[in-house]
Amino acid sequence: MTPLDFFAWLAETQWSVDLHESEIAYSIIESVHVWTLCVFFGLMIMVDLRLLGWTMRKVPVSEFVDRVLPWAVAGFVIMVISGTLLVLAIPLRSYQNLFFRGKMILLVVAGLNAWIFHSRIYPKIVGWDADGVPPKVMRRAGGVSLALWIAIVFCGRMIAYNWFDCDRQPQAAIVNFLTSCVPMPSEF
Amino acid sequence: MLPFFQWCYDTWIGVTIRESTWLFPLIEAFHLVGLGLTAGTVLTVDLRLFGVGLSRQSAAQLWASVQPWFLGSVSLMFVTGILLFMSEAIKCYYSFAFWIKMASLLLAIVFAFTIRRHVVRAGPMSGSWRQGRLTALASLVLWFGVAWGGRWIGFS
Repeated sequence: MTPLDFFAWLAETQWSVDLHESEIAYSIIESVHVWTLCVFFGLMIMVDLRLLGWTMRKVPVSEFVDRVLPWAVAGFVIMVISGTLLVLAIPLRSYQNLFFRGKMILLVVAGLNAWIFHSRIYPKIVGWDADGVPPKVMRRAGGVSLALWIAIVFCGRMIAYNWFDCDRQPQAAIVNFLTSCVPMPSEF
Repeated sequence: MLPFFQWCYDTWIGVTIRESTWLFPLIEAFHLVGLGLTAGTVLTVDLRLFGVGLSRQSAAQLWASVQPWFLGSVSLMFVTGILLFMSEAIKCYYSFAFWIKMASLLLAIVFAFTIRRHVVRAGPMSGSWRQGRLTALASLVLWFGVAWGGRWIGFS
């Protein structure tokens, strides 16, 4: 089963059809996604700004990680659930959407950045926890995280637009390659 | 008020954004980043008022630290929001969600600079635990109402 087959199969399931057809359910899930964006993205920005030393310099970084990050993680979990439901409502189009693919790749990179932060950088916190401006390696982690999450929000917003959609041909060859789109012969 | 909305809609700014493919989505994305930053600054202080967030510094100290970011992000939201509005002012005029959003926005801002500011400044000594929590709750409900209204303008 190719990924394309999987998403095509997903689109045929009753769950997907129901979600797709229910305007109210889709709108509510969208709203939940935006609300939790405020919680997750908002608090993540604050953590990153602290790592950069650009705000709340008197608050130790460990306090941010202990008392603010859990809220961001809770928001992230709801974002993933609501986001998955949004994909479930429109599986094929999402899978072949250029910005959706960009967003997923950036999410993986953001995950790697978070993993490196927690496994390699954060354990060495003892020496600089209370520093108003953390060491360079920390600031870099915060800056990379901030840039990635902003890019992810940009991509997420652009998924709604159909500029590069598979059913809008002709598209540049590179676009069809990146979206694994095979246009019908009649569309050439 | 409709003539004013019509005027906004007909300005060269409104026309340019409306006729461009990329401008509206791009401005929207900046609006969302502004939303995130605004929410982050408000939440940092409101979680503190709830007693579940940062705890070593007072709400007043935290608010003082994040205020420049709050003002900056709110300004970004205003500028991008007005641009988005101008490009679809007529749709907004007839959109229930738009009016809900404007009402909650007005209330949220008035609340932030009156009762919430007072409670934040008073600190845990004079204000009761419950007062802080109620203030944080009201603040969050109002801001979430703004976000909700914003999202639903797009659905109408």
